[in-house]
Amino acid sequence: MTTDLIPSLAKYIAAEILSQPNRKIGENEPLISSGLIDSFHLVDLSMFVEQTFSVRIDDSELNTSTFDTLAQLAELIRQRQA
Amino acid sequence: MPTLAHLLQQAYLEAPDHTVIELITGKRSAQTITGRDFMRGAAGYVEAYRTAGIEPGDVVVLILQHGAPLIYAFFGAILRGAIPSIMPFLTEKLSPEKYRRDLAALLTVTKPAAIVTYREFEPEVRAAAENSSVRAILIDEAIGPAAEVDGITLAGLALSPEDITLLQHSSGTTGLQKGVALSHQAVLNQLESYSEAIRLKPGDVIVSWLPLYHDMGLIAGFILPILRRIPLVLLSPFDWVRAPHMLLQAVARYHGTLTWLPNFAYNFCAQKIRQRDLEGVDLSSWRAVINCSEPMRYESHQMFLQRFAPYGLRADALAACYAMAENVFAVTQGGIDEPVRVDEIDSLAFFKERRAVPATSGETIKMLSAGRPIRNVRVRVLDEQRSELPDRRIGEIALNSDCMLTGYFHRDDLTAQAFHEGWYLTGDLGYVAEGEVYVVGRKKDLIIVGGKNVYPGDLEYLASEVEGVSPGRVVAFGVFNEHVGTEDVVMVAEADTADSAERQRLADAIRERITRSSDVTLRKVHIVGPRWVLKTSSGKTARAANREKYLAEIAERQD
Repeated sequence: MTTDLIPSLAKYIAAEILSQPNRKIGENEPLISSGLIDSFHLVDLSMFVEQTFSVRIDDSELNTSTFDTLAQLAELIRQRQA
Repeated sequence: MPTLAHLLQQAYLEAPDHTVIELITGKRSAQTITGRDFMRGAAGYVEAYRTAGIEPGDVVVLILQHGAPLIYAFFGAILRGAIPSIMPFLTEKLSPEKYRRDLAALLTVTKPAAIVTYREFEPEVRAAAENSSVRAILIDEAIGPAAEVDGITLAGLALSPEDITLLQHSSGTTGLQKGVALSHQAVLNQLESYSEAIRLKPGDVIVSWLPLYHDMGLIAGFILPILRRIPLVLLSPFDWVRAPHMLLQAVARYHGTLTWLPNFAYNFCAQKIRQRDLEGVDLSSWRAVINCSEPMRYESHQMFLQRFAPYGLRADALAACYAMAENVFAVTQGGIDEPVRVDEIDSLAFFKERRAVPATSGETIKMLSAGRPIRNVRVRVLDEQRSELPDRRIGEIALNSDCMLTGYFHRDDLTAQAFHEGWYLTGDLGYVAEGEVYVVGRKKDLIIVGGKNVYPGDLEYLASEVEGVSPGRVVAFGVFNEHVGTEDVVMVAEADTADSAERQRLADAIRERITRSSDVTLRKVHIVGPRWVLKTSSGKTARAANREKYLAEIAERQD
């Protein structure tokens, strides 16, 4: 499952958060600590995750202590789906 | 005239059981700070400052997160007669080296006698403070509340109204910070006049998530309620940005009546709060939600109203204010117990002739009024020669009041430049119509993102340090984003390479450099070929022209 999540997350982040639809994001590339995603977009990301993967993610659940890379985010979603 | 210390003493020694602050941080339940807790907490700091040899008139820099220690350290300094100044706390993504440089620059100009921080942060502060004016580094964990306030000397009571009570550092990205020095008299004159303007009364409850190092949060969302004995529900900006529903739930729970927000927060709340987090929320107690600190948008107000009207938000609760640290806070206030006035003007006359001509047909712009000058403030609009302009002509806003800054601390040169014949030159462009002030933009290239001032020159300098970027061949500017309700920061950089992977690498490196060094997130990094960036005849970067060129290029691509 995790493998399916990653392209969808990568596409959303590139297009909606970075406004660079063609941007490739590696699954182990740091997203928050590198400054690619700032705190203003964490709520957007959690709302996208909820709607797209039918899991419940509350506000402030997504932060630097829970994920920094696509792989970690996908793992978090997968656990929530289980 | 009393000083801030007198008012604090009166307010909370007389009413020890009064709730001063409901503090909501993180996931913990609210902490109620009563008058007794407040005075004991602050008095603990008074003693700590005295023991450390901090005298009245000394500057104390506070490097603490949003929370009880910051509250006590701040008012403890006021009661000691010292001059507190709150510095933003290091965020996770800002590089420690950059933070240290900024701190060292601040110490050079402001020359504080002490810094208050956490134990964990002490080595960092100690390194920055080496060979500086700092005589003492106080550690919050070592400072507890005083058992008794009686018997502790509150040296702040001996000050004069003209003495400086606090410094507010401008929220710029530049290393050379300007500390706005405010006297007791200026602060109290502002509070008196502004309280009238917003019709502050017993029964009001102020709810704020704003940072305390910025005038809106520090004055409207902190000092005003505390000194006027109005209960304050204080949330942290760190929490709010991750969970914006906390603001609305707090208003409902505590029957909040007044809140100040920067324009982008209207869009942010309207777009990013889940239905389930609004269940049972009743906003009918909110009598004024005041838009302040960045250009206000009619569309943002409408978006906010549509989203929250079903939860009891009243249309007449939307209000507007024009404020700046140099005037302590408010210059104007509008929309209290009445709708914010909307001035529909002709678009062409606005851009071509710099005039605001009322119009109802053709291309028009809806301008939101910032209201009328508050009682003790006078406003003028000046032309390039600094002569006063008539109504509806756009020029620089200048003001005169009895709550102006004493000066930029230790920067007499900047203070002198800021005034013209006793009038403070704001650098903001606007017009006056029927006694109401409309702010339309900035005279200089300043970018305002979410209420924070960003100087494009600083960002360009940082980007120039990235390998592969030629110094002077980059330009930064703001582009208003209707959806977000604030400006997007865009950077255009020239590169010799046409290879897309290489350009991508360069864009990433610029993004990272800017975020880590300035805490500003670039919304777009546009890599272009050589000789793209336009210069003025004197070789300076022409930001407005480059912005136009960029917008034209983007529009063309979308066609």
